[in-house]
Amino acid sequence: MGHGTYMDDEKLTASVAGEVERVNKLICVRPLKTRYNGEVGDVIVGRITEVQQKRWKVETNSRLDSVLLLSSVNLPGGELRRRSAEDELTMRDYLQEGDLISAEVQSVFSDGALSLHTRSLKYGKLGQGVLVQVSPSLVKRQKTHFHNLPCGASIILGNNGFLWLYPTPGQQDEEEGGYYTSLELVPLSDREVISRLRNCLLALAAHKVLLYDTSVLYCYESSLLYQIKDILKPETMDEIVMVTRQRLLDQEG
Amino acid sequence: MASVQISEAEKVYIMHGVRDDLRVDGRGCEDYRHMEIETDVVSNTDGSAKVRMGHTDVLVGIKAELRRPRPNVPDEGYLEFFVDCSANATPEFEGRGGEELGVELSNTLYKVFNSHRSLDLRSLCVCPGEHCWVLYVDVLLLQCDGNLFDAMSIAIKAALFNTRIPKVRVLEDEEGGKEIELSDDPYDCLRLRVGHRHVVDATLQEKACSAASLLVAVTPRGAVTCVRKLGAGSLDPDSIFEMTETGKRVGKALHAPLMELLQKDESLGKKRQKVGFLA
Repeated sequence: MGHGTYMDDEKLTASVAGEVERVNKLICVRPLKTRYNGEVGDVIVGRITEVQQKRWKVETNSRLDSVLLLSSVNLPGGELRRRSAEDELTMRDYLQEGDLISAEVQSVFSDGALSLHTRSLKYGKLGQGVLVQVSPSLVKRQKTHFHNLPCGASIILGNNGFLWLYPTPGQQDEEEGGYYTSLELVPLSDREVISRLRNCLLALAAHKVLLYDTSVLYCYESSLLYQIKDILKPETMDEIVMVTRQRLLDQEG
Repeated sequence: MASVQISEAEKVYIMHGVRDDLRVDGRGCEDYRHMEIETDVVSNTDGSAKVRMGHTDVLVGIKAELRRPRPNVPDEGYLEFFVDCSANATPEFEGRGGEELGVELSNTLYKVFNSHRSLDLRSLCVCPGEHCWVLYVDVLLLQCDGNLFDAMSIAIKAALFNTRIPKVRVLEDEEGGKEIELSDDPYDCLRLRVGHRHVVDATLQEKACSAASLLVAVTPRGAVTCVRKLGAGSLDPDSIFEMTETGKRVGKALHAPLMELLQKDESLGKKRQKVGFLA
């Protein structure tokens, strides 16, 4: 009776391919391939598409572009003051078209567009790294979406399907806050870890495995047998994902 | 071609990676993506092929017709190219958006396949001055994920290999299967300049970081049939020479396994499994 279903000759049939969700008597089907439907509190990774008066438009793989209001960002230096006309004119100095940000969903407008905020030091403009785009239904809802993986890189698992891989920041960078991006050379060892993780994420996504820190880590470990560029070959992908699935099942059982 | 928006920090990351010979997906600067080639996919053409490289998808169909040869070369046949950038590939190609790119690609293909070393056009002649075979090569871009030229030229080579045209004798018509002779088919190698190094088979993100690229068409023997510069940036002469050398090397290296694969596929004959568009 819920979304994604219809009555076909008195039999309830799914109209989309996906997971069945059941709440008492309400049965709905959440599709596998879908646009991101945001909820308050979700962590997302988005790309700035437009700079408008007092707000930015952010692309988050949803039906409508999300909105980041000027009043919802942290000004550099951490000041708490009223936004002036000058701030409006220098918006482009903070965030330009094409920049990537991590943010949290503050509220949902009546037309379905999301209102984002970066009012915490852990959110803000993203620096050097790699973006991987997968279907939003593959990202597991967890307590925290920022992980420093033991293999030597960090990942942000955005609920909207945008996954951001970046080199783990050193101690001194943590205090910088939102807007300073380091353009220094990332060492080769970190790059290898990030490239390997990127290929693993694509392999898991191609096989529709739910993505969370444990599954990504297991996949990384089982991929160490192969060279980074070989991970995306179909046979190798099948092998690696099979081993990962097995380990995940063993861990649950 | 289609483009993606990327941030400054991402560009810096990609360029530093290319400098260290480790691209975002783990490839070296001269490595190609995994390629899937299938021939004989369209039944009502004389030859066809489909190539899938990463997310780039190209379909080529060839039809042969009898026509009068060109007046200045009466004992040779010729090829006609038409590239269709379908709106499937990217929203930018909606309506007439893909026409400009299609025309540019067709013109480049004419130049590439026009040389004597690429294709033995004399074999296409039936009756000098009166009849010759014209091969109409139609290229359809189904999906665009960077590196269209390479995918197209590999698909065209595979389709030409797969083309069968009947043997025609002037006095009596006889049907016989004849495979087109592929003496030396040129195969394009698109080299993209990112920072101070160049890469082969660039993705859309890498293309967004580069200012210029060089297209080098190479035959199996290493002869270069066409060199073309694309993009708005400038290249200095040393790097052009380097890029041409790398193009020749990589192009030659790709011809051998491709021919092996095509011949193996042919030898399977009717027994080969066709996947076509369903996979």
